[in-house]
Amino acid sequence: MQRIGVFVCWCGSNIAATVDVQRVAEELKKEPGVVFSADYQYMCSESGQNLIKDAIKEHALTGVVICSCSPRMHENTFRKAAASVGLNPYMVEIANIREQCSWIHKDKATGTEKAIILGRAAIAKVHLNAPLIAGESPVTKRALVIGGGIAGIQTALDIAEAGFEVDIVEKSPTIGGKMAQLDKTFPTLDCSACILTPKMVEAAQQEKIKIYSYSEIDEVKGFVGNFSVKIRRKARYVKEDICTGCGLCTEKCPQKKVPNEFNMGMDNRRAIYIPFAQAVPKVATIDPNYCTMLKTGKCGVCSKICGVKAIDYTQQDEIVEAKYGAIVVATGFNPISPAKFDEFAYSQSPDVVTSLEYERLMNAAGPTNGTLLRPSDGKHPHTIVFVQCVGSRCDGAEKGKPYCSKVCCMYTAKHAMLTREKYPDTDVYVFYIDVRTPGKNFDEFYRRAVEEYNVHYIKGMVGKVVPENGKLKVQAADLLSNEQLHIDADMVVLATAVEPDPSARSLATKLTASMDTNDFFTEAHPKLRPVESPTAGVFLSGMCQGPKDIPETVSQASAAAAKVIGLLVKDKLVGNPCVAHSDELLCNGCSSCEKVCPYGAITYSDKEFRMPDRTTALRRVAAVNPAVCQGCGACTVACPSGAMDLFGFSNNQIMAEVDAICK
Amino acid sequence: MENKANLKEQILTASGVNPLKCMRCGKCSATCPSYDEMEYHPHQFVYMVEKGNIEPLLQSESLYTCLTCFACVERCPRNVQPAKLVEAVRLAVIREQGANHLKPQDIPALLDPDLPQQAIVSAFRKYAK
Repeated sequence: MQRIGVFVCWCGSNIAATVDVQRVAEELKKEPGVVFSADYQYMCSESGQNLIKDAIKEHALTGVVICSCSPRMHENTFRKAAASVGLNPYMVEIANIREQCSWIHKDKATGTEKAIILGRAAIAKVHLNAPLIAGESPVTKRALVIGGGIAGIQTALDIAEAGFEVDIVEKSPTIGGKMAQLDKTFPTLDCSACILTPKMVEAAQQEKIKIYSYSEIDEVKGFVGNFSVKIRRKARYVKEDICTGCGLCTEKCPQKKVPNEFNMGMDNRRAIYIPFAQAVPKVATIDPNYCTMLKTGKCGVCSKICGVKAIDYTQQDEIVEAKYGAIVVATGFNPISPAKFDEFAYSQSPDVVTSLEYERLMNAAGPTNGTLLRPSDGKHPHTIVFVQCVGSRCDGAEKGKPYCSKVCCMYTAKHAMLTREKYPDTDVYVFYIDVRTPGKNFDEFYRRAVEEYNVHYIKGMVGKVVPENGKLKVQAADLLSNEQLHIDADMVVLATAVEPDPSARSLATKLTASMDTNDFFTEAHPKLRPVESPTAGVFLSGMCQGPKDIPETVSQASAAAAKVIGLLVKDKLVGNPCVAHSDELLCNGCSSCEKVCPYGAITYSDKEFRMPDRTTALRRVAAVNPAVCQGCGACTVACPSGAMDLFGFSNNQIMAEVDAICK
Repeated sequence: MENKANLKEQILTASGVNPLKCMRCGKCSATCPSYDEMEYHPHQFVYMVEKGNIEPLLQSESLYTCLTCFACVERCPRNVQPAKLVEAVRLAVIREQGANHLKPQDIPALLDPDLPQQAIVSAFRKYAK
């Protein structure tokens, strides 16, 4: 028989206002095995913990039940307190009488009754608890960063700076991401490439960083400290280590009509291409969808012209397998397509552009070499209408995205300001619902656009855009003057919502990391653990977790790096002893557990068993790798013969709890 | 006061519209083809119903100058459906007066080859119970 102590917490008035804590302590004192019972204002406080420690020593307790908040809050606190006076920490059980009782009940009698029942269940469980000892697992001292935009680059640089190896996996032929496409950055208007490319070069030169460009994640196995990842290096048909990036092939390739994604399809590139001048790695890539040689076997111009013989039309995808201790997701975002909003005529007129397209039209490396020209006729626009919140803040998926995309107010102010600065003869209108500018020097920036640059900010929305005789007829509401406006514009710029990169969802499945309904990765705690995924060893950096601007992205990237470094400096990780184990004598070899295990912790092998009359038999039985098992319990439910059981949460313990509740 | 609250309730129930979903972007009024003909514009309609300020709407010509083209319903990012509110207020007036102002048998006499079909459907929405 265990000697059990019961400790009932008031949690100030959180519990005590709805639960008669004294009565709970008195009632639970009557349970078999309970030798001590007390209530206290704050069990988690130092004096509360001392109460527990003293009782363990004084009454020689072998088990402890704490009726308090959720085990997610203070289980660790109480386990440590018990361990400090020599009691195995897994002999401590929490009865959650706050989240699951006081907070959801109004009536004190009902709340008290339920608290007593929950306490009884925990006591019944402790009777069957056995001391457990946590195992240890080694940590692979290398990190993987998925995505090579500014978020991924910053995370990788910081981790490398601390002395750990980092691999960046980037799906496009170069790192740099969306920031490489931006012209200027708010609120200081420094050139995006000028501040980004030094970081790209640093990442390339840093010895600890290895860049897998034009590569994707195929498979992720393992667990925190011990991930095993398969990386698919897509065939670029150019030998990366030989190509000098001279660019001759990209000038001579006869296939000239490939939409250039770097300039948002507003000009063309060749079938063999280097995305932009400062690309890292600066290596050519053949686009198999357009290359005549790959499609018909007839051409070979690039191969003939290449001075170092780097072209290899026979190249195949290659799978690299590597081990990592931590994984950082930095998969970024895309602007949505405004094509579905017919009213803005995006599909009808080339002069209706998205903000990212406008960014390219303003950029010196863009399709117009930095001169702002209308895509339709190459003339200077004199009236430009900016529309904010296109597809953001919508109700329901068919309308758009429910969230505020956060960056559009600021980049629209930037576009408006830069346009007025470069072309003072241009009339610039910005239609806004709200101007949202929280951030250092952000509102000042927006005010400058209005006060110094005379940008016409109009509270209201554009209702429709009709292309007519080379103009865009814009019909809009001015809510403050309560009139409908009709503007003949030369260009309309749509501040489209952002959305997570489409690759994020399948990646989340591979990582068993959770996402919200908008496909943004979920953080472990929205306030206190904002850069960690709930999946141990997986960290979040940048837009993949939610809309954010460059300064915020860089902050989060460094924060994620700090978390990764904190993990990688450890030589060993203390595991969770509450893992599954299989009773070989009961196992029937059906493989059900192996199929449901999300961590690949279960393996089967043939084993010899002694049978009656000195015979032996070969039977196929399951075994659990305790270092890999995360204790989710899926196998114990799937097992038809009852061979699988979980330490700390055995079938018997759960049944005892149920019995105690139903008594 | 109680009557006023009742009227608002009646209009919200009849239209199925929740004006609190409105984020005041004004896209309904931006898109409205009958804007200049309307004393109260679609966004004002939504706000006035939200405030329970319905009496002026009952008296307003706007109820009939609304084309019921439903452009505001189609374009509203928040699914507020302003035209349905206009319709519900109009129905409140028509029902109060207790008469059908347009019967199917009257239609042939009104037909005009240039008249779009939608206008007849809209007329039914406006003038019949």
